[in-house]
Amino acid sequence: MFSKEKESRILLLSYTLPAFILMGLMVIYPFIFNILISFSNMSLVHFKDWKLIGVQNYVQVLSDPNFAYTLLKTVLWTVLNVVFHVGIGVSLALFLHKNLKGKSLFRTLLILPWAVPQYITALTWRGMFNAEYGWINLALSKWFGISVPWLSTEWGAFTACLIANIWLGFPFMMVIALGGLQSIPEELYEAAEIDGASWFHKLRHITIPLLKPVMVPAITLGIIWTFNNFNVVWLVSNGGEPSDKTHILVSWVYKSAFTYFRIGYASAFSMLIFGILLVFSWQFIQKTKATESVYG
Amino acid sequence: MRRSRGLSPFGKLFAYSYLLVFTLFAILPVVQVISISLRPGNQLLSKSLRIIPQDATLENYMRLFTKEPFLQWVKNSVVVSTAVTLVGTILSATAGYAFSRYKFKGKRLALFSILTTQMFPVTMLLLPLFILLIKIHAYDNYLGLIIAYTATALPFTIWQMKGFYDTIPYSLEEAAVLDGCSYFGAFWRIVLPLASPGLVITALFAFMTAWSEYLVAAVLIQDQNLFTLPLGLKMFQSNMEVSWGLYSAGAVLVSIPVVLLFFLLSRWLISGLTLGSVKG
Repeated sequence: MFSKEKESRILLLSYTLPAFILMGLMVIYPFIFNILISFSNMSLVHFKDWKLIGVQNYVQVLSDPNFAYTLLKTVLWTVLNVVFHVGIGVSLALFLHKNLKGKSLFRTLLILPWAVPQYITALTWRGMFNAEYGWINLALSKWFGISVPWLSTEWGAFTACLIANIWLGFPFMMVIALGGLQSIPEELYEAAEIDGASWFHKLRHITIPLLKPVMVPAITLGIIWTFNNFNVVWLVSNGGEPSDKTHILVSWVYKSAFTYFRIGYASAFSMLIFGILLVFSWQFIQKTKATESVYG
Repeated sequence: MRRSRGLSPFGKLFAYSYLLVFTLFAILPVVQVISISLRPGNQLLSKSLRIIPQDATLENYMRLFTKEPFLQWVKNSVVVSTAVTLVGTILSATAGYAFSRYKFKGKRLALFSILTTQMFPVTMLLLPLFILLIKIHAYDNYLGLIIAYTATALPFTIWQMKGFYDTIPYSLEEAAVLDGCSYFGAFWRIVLPLASPGLVITALFAFMTAWSEYLVAAVLIQDQNLFTLPLGLKMFQSNMEVSWGLYSAGAVLVSIPVVLLFFLLSRWLISGLTLGSVKG
């Protein structure tokens, strides 16, 4: 490839520098600053005269029983979401890949949740989960005679957030899976049919293995995005209602930082979230070799 | 058509029911918002399940334009989103190209650190930014917003563009350079036009990042005259009894352009996105 020429050196710099300066400004600087204040006592009281106090913030986060509880809840949130996203997305893609009349109409309508801005999704679902006037309870009481206190209980609100986020996330997986299916050569299925393979065999031995390299990077990203999905949890539960019970890690940090201004605490907390994700993704990438094709 | 993609009658029935159930799930909230946006003021808290409300009216839409600062928010959002789209597309078109075509020290590290940025919890960037802005009194300024959005969109769009360039054979540029074209010329005249589907998706992604972002804006913008659409709509939604209709009408109007763009581009989306992620 271009490697020795002077022209290409200059070009390389001018291709990459602007992007890196911008990301450096917005990512590396805050990152380093965040590390610094995570070891400090900065808060609303000590905003100007803050000083380094060592690992106290980290100790405080880790010794809070709420941390372990919220972490577990976040893991549950992530697993449930990604399982539903992938399950729904891939199964829909399998059907949309068949020769069905009207499939492009279905495909268009099914992508809709992805196209709608995320905050509108969240605010709209919050309206729909309203106990008295929301569509969901009106429909439930009309058809089944029940009414669920969605947003006023801990697990009701969790379920509401979960449903809203499943709605929002399955089209991404569906689109990725559709693309993957298109790249599987038809001949493989034909050959398998000549050998008398059943529907299940074809799924198990052709579709799934060949879909895997496409899905694994998408799933990795999906897990990271869901673990850190602030918008849906925050906007559906209106900042963690009822009484700060509906939080995943990232929404709780946000509340500590911007409602309670426990700045040192919140930045230590952010570092821990980042650490968890980094270790997880590294393991996941190693195990699944997700980036093998990517680093080419 | 190929036999293997046909279905038995029973399979067909099952496929259609399955697709139908999820399609209904997908359009339900959308139908709801449209329905509420058409309700007259005295029926906002109606308990009816009708899709087209009794006495349907465009009153909410009229009020949005005449009595509320909706147009101002639209203008603000358009300014911010256009800037982000332009800057984001240019920067990822060039940086993605460098990652695809050049070998240089620290390339793997750079690519991995781009991926790591996706793991930052949002507070990790927002908190230092917030402190910085307080210290230098740079509140209520679009420049901060534009830089923040572009930087958030870049990691994904650079990867996306790199994946796209990787699918374009290198021999095309070689031939062009042998014919006396400069390296930049080969990129500009040969590769870039071939990568236009990737560019379109990158632009769409950058635009959507800016058009739909709530959180950073909520921290950086306090002045109501500078509110972008998400901030404005959230304001309606927070007193839902009064403004549910206004919120819904606004939500419909805000979503229309992105949904249309999305559908227009959905063909490219499917090929571009998978090319980007698979062959990356």
